[in-house]
Amino acid sequence: MLGAGVPLAFVGVFFAWPVLAMVGRGLFVDGALDLGGFSDVLARPRTLRLIGLTIGQAALASVVCVLLGLPIAHVLYRLRFRGRRMLRALVVLPFVLPTVVVGVAFRTLLRDGGLLGSLRLDGTFAAIMLALVFFNVAVVVRTVGNTWEGLDSRQEEAARVLGAGPVRVWFTVTLPRLAPAITSAASIVFLFCSTAFGVVLVLGGSRFGTIETEIYLLTTQFLDLRAASVLSVMQLVVVVALLLLAARARGRRTAQRRVDAADAVHSPRLGDAPAIAVTLLVAVFLALPIVSLVLRSLHTADGWGLGNYIALGGTGSRNALVVPVWVALGNSLQIAVQATVIALVIGLAASLVISRRPRSPGLRRALAGFDGALMLPLGVSAVTVGFGFLITLNQPPFDLRSSPVLVPIAQALVALPLVVRTILPVLAGIDGRLRESAAVLGSPPWRVMRDVDLAIVARPVLAASGFAFAVALGEFGATSFLSRPDRPTLPVVIFRLIGLPGGDNFGMALAASVVLAAVTVAIIALVERLRVGTMGAF
Amino acid sequence: MHTRNTSLAAAGVLLAVGLAVSSCASDAAPGASPETLVLVTHDSFNLSKGTLAEFTKQTGIEVEVQALGDAGELVNKLVLTKDSPLGDVVFGIDNTFATRAVDEGVLADYASKDLTAAEEPYLLPAGSGLEQLTPIDNGDVCVNVDHEWFAEAGIDEPTTLDDLVKPEYKDLFVVPAANSSSPGLAFLLATIAAFGEGAPGDGGWQDYWTKLVDNGVKIDAGWSDAYYVDFSGPSSEGDRPLVVSYASSPPFEVQEGDTEAPTGALLDTCFRQTEYAGVVAGTENTAGAEKLVDFLFSTTVQNDIPESMYVFPVNAAATLPEGWSDYAEIAENPFVVSPDDIDKGRDAWLTEWAAIATP
Repeated sequence: MLGAGVPLAFVGVFFAWPVLAMVGRGLFVDGALDLGGFSDVLARPRTLRLIGLTIGQAALASVVCVLLGLPIAHVLYRLRFRGRRMLRALVVLPFVLPTVVVGVAFRTLLRDGGLLGSLRLDGTFAAIMLALVFFNVAVVVRTVGNTWEGLDSRQEEAARVLGAGPVRVWFTVTLPRLAPAITSAASIVFLFCSTAFGVVLVLGGSRFGTIETEIYLLTTQFLDLRAASVLSVMQLVVVVALLLLAARARGRRTAQRRVDAADAVHSPRLGDAPAIAVTLLVAVFLALPIVSLVLRSLHTADGWGLGNYIALGGTGSRNALVVPVWVALGNSLQIAVQATVIALVIGLAASLVISRRPRSPGLRRALAGFDGALMLPLGVSAVTVGFGFLITLNQPPFDLRSSPVLVPIAQALVALPLVVRTILPVLAGIDGRLRESAAVLGSPPWRVMRDVDLAIVARPVLAASGFAFAVALGEFGATSFLSRPDRPTLPVVIFRLIGLPGGDNFGMALAASVVLAAVTVAIIALVERLRVGTMGAF
Repeated sequence: MHTRNTSLAAAGVLLAVGLAVSSCASDAAPGASPETLVLVTHDSFNLSKGTLAEFTKQTGIEVEVQALGDAGELVNKLVLTKDSPLGDVVFGIDNTFATRAVDEGVLADYASKDLTAAEEPYLLPAGSGLEQLTPIDNGDVCVNVDHEWFAEAGIDEPTTLDDLVKPEYKDLFVVPAANSSSPGLAFLLATIAAFGEGAPGDGGWQDYWTKLVDNGVKIDAGWSDAYYVDFSGPSSEGDRPLVVSYASSPPFEVQEGDTEAPTGALLDTCFRQTEYAGVVAGTENTAGAEKLVDFLFSTTVQNDIPESMYVFPVNAAATLPEGWSDYAEIAENPFVVSPDDIDKGRDAWLTEWAAIATP
């Protein structure tokens, strides 16, 4: 009970309540429900275009991320070669870079006269797509990779011995076992992309609107809460429809044998060549904006040098900042650790509950609904949630509006779905007979949980913590909304620096982004190092 | 390895801690303590260290700063939280959003008692903010020009808005979008003031923007994008020598040892933004809040404003830092749209603008 209660209370108080209150503001006029907004707003041709574009860009980006992410997951999680742990950590790098910085990096490459200017992509839909893939391909690599890593390869070997070709083995043996993880990853990517905001505005040159950008404009510029509420409801409809689809696709869970990762990996062989080729191509694509960013951060007014990095100890040209960048980095790390702990505790409790398979169909449906509820924060506008915080969390016991605890809580809300989606496929894949045999042999339920569920889940928990940490560290939307001026996080400081004229501030913003990315990668690499020998018993 | 029980216990503890912290936080909530005032403001608010401490020294009241996004977000958040205000004093409402704040009743009646006739040009009209808002600073949004680019190309620099649609300046101009950037909105207002309203086809601002688009103007989402990616200035990488930015941007491009700024502001293309402070309606410490508004208008803050926020103080008694006036120029006749007209017209203008500029 408690296992479901804590996550439900958390998502209820810090997500559902603020969102409902905000939507209610727009739909209730003088205490009466006014649904006239729906016919008004939905009758505008613009609205249909926004909805279409939102679904279109998110769906397309998800497909591309899966197609590119699968071969990379194979290379990084199934092949044995030096440096693969480092590469796994590096893949996450784009994920933590501030959107506004990546926007500038991409546009510098794509604009007329830029390195890739001849492709004429600046301000096009394709440019948005490139950036969405850049940010999200890591979600697929890591979510799928973690499942793949522990899959017993003897099933494939058996199929091969029985005469199946590699294509057939992939489609009939490997793919079905990866399907739940792929669906999980794709739905997360879809949610991230459907609420992408900065990327769509910056790379589309304001030409492409999505439900998300429209909610932002309606709420922050026009104060048209009625129309914003209608669009928030539409956003919820899209997200819930997607989650139902995903739940259906995940529905048929297959029990699978999991093995120690060491047994499942092999040295690269000829058959891996296509996957390795895709991985290399994507690596170049991911590296281009990052390399250009690093190069530009080393460029100062007096030529090449570390000037921008040295300046991070100060507060920018003409005191642009309240605190030096290093202090902001310290704030960021501290808050991200808190957010990771919250997301892990709540995510693990929720995953353990969701992975149960009760016999009653009603309970099963309730669990599926609970699962979906945890995903919602990714798919609902940060503007709606943020403004909702302001109008709900203003009375005891939740008088938190100006409290510093809201920052890690908001970050945890974004990291929570990633934690659940990383842990759940593994937990759900545990052969129920393992639990039954443990019970038959006399283990009390808590011991079954400890020796079966938690022993198997230890590895994905570590992976999830690295991921959650990265998400929390890079989170900007909610953080900028809630962070206190005297205790800014690094992304907030970067945003401020890049919003001021003067070469020093711009250079510092880039240097700070490089530092943010480097620190994240180092920490994730460290976490990866811890992931050894936890699967011995199976 | 943790058991499920300990992780659940941890979750319980966490929630308990959250609640405990929340009850502590409520002690520091706006208005609860007479000795602390919450100053809500926009993201660009910045003063030198120690400036606000001066207020505490004078009055014994601590000031806590809360940034709430850009000027538009700031006002909208105040409107939404009218019943349970986010702070006691607000700074950063500008002339483009003043009327909304006043009409929605988020401000208490108080304008600084220290205002003099010299600040009259900055005051809002009676009934539209005169009684509630005290001017604090102002700055111009103008087209910036890359002097070096034009010198190298051997082309005369444009000087007016009309010049920008001439064929010799084709594909040279970049602006941030009016609906997602506040300098972008300011520039749109400058063109509305210059060309007037009217139906498309009779020479109003819509026709001007159609000509700008035909002349290859580039629309970017935000200021940083326009300035750092597409503008050709020294700290930028782009190839467009004309950009909408602030009149205070050129001083930043001056390198040590230089005597001339490599970029400049076209002073006939400017829209003036004035920022105001006011007492938030519903504060429990009206006397303290009024003192804080007076303090923001005092020379202690006003002298600090140029270096910390890159705008001009409005107080006639304030002194500008040395060297500031060499490069920071101010338009003599900036374009003006009255706050009431802005409030009435903004939504329709932005919708029309988007249809023309970002089809």
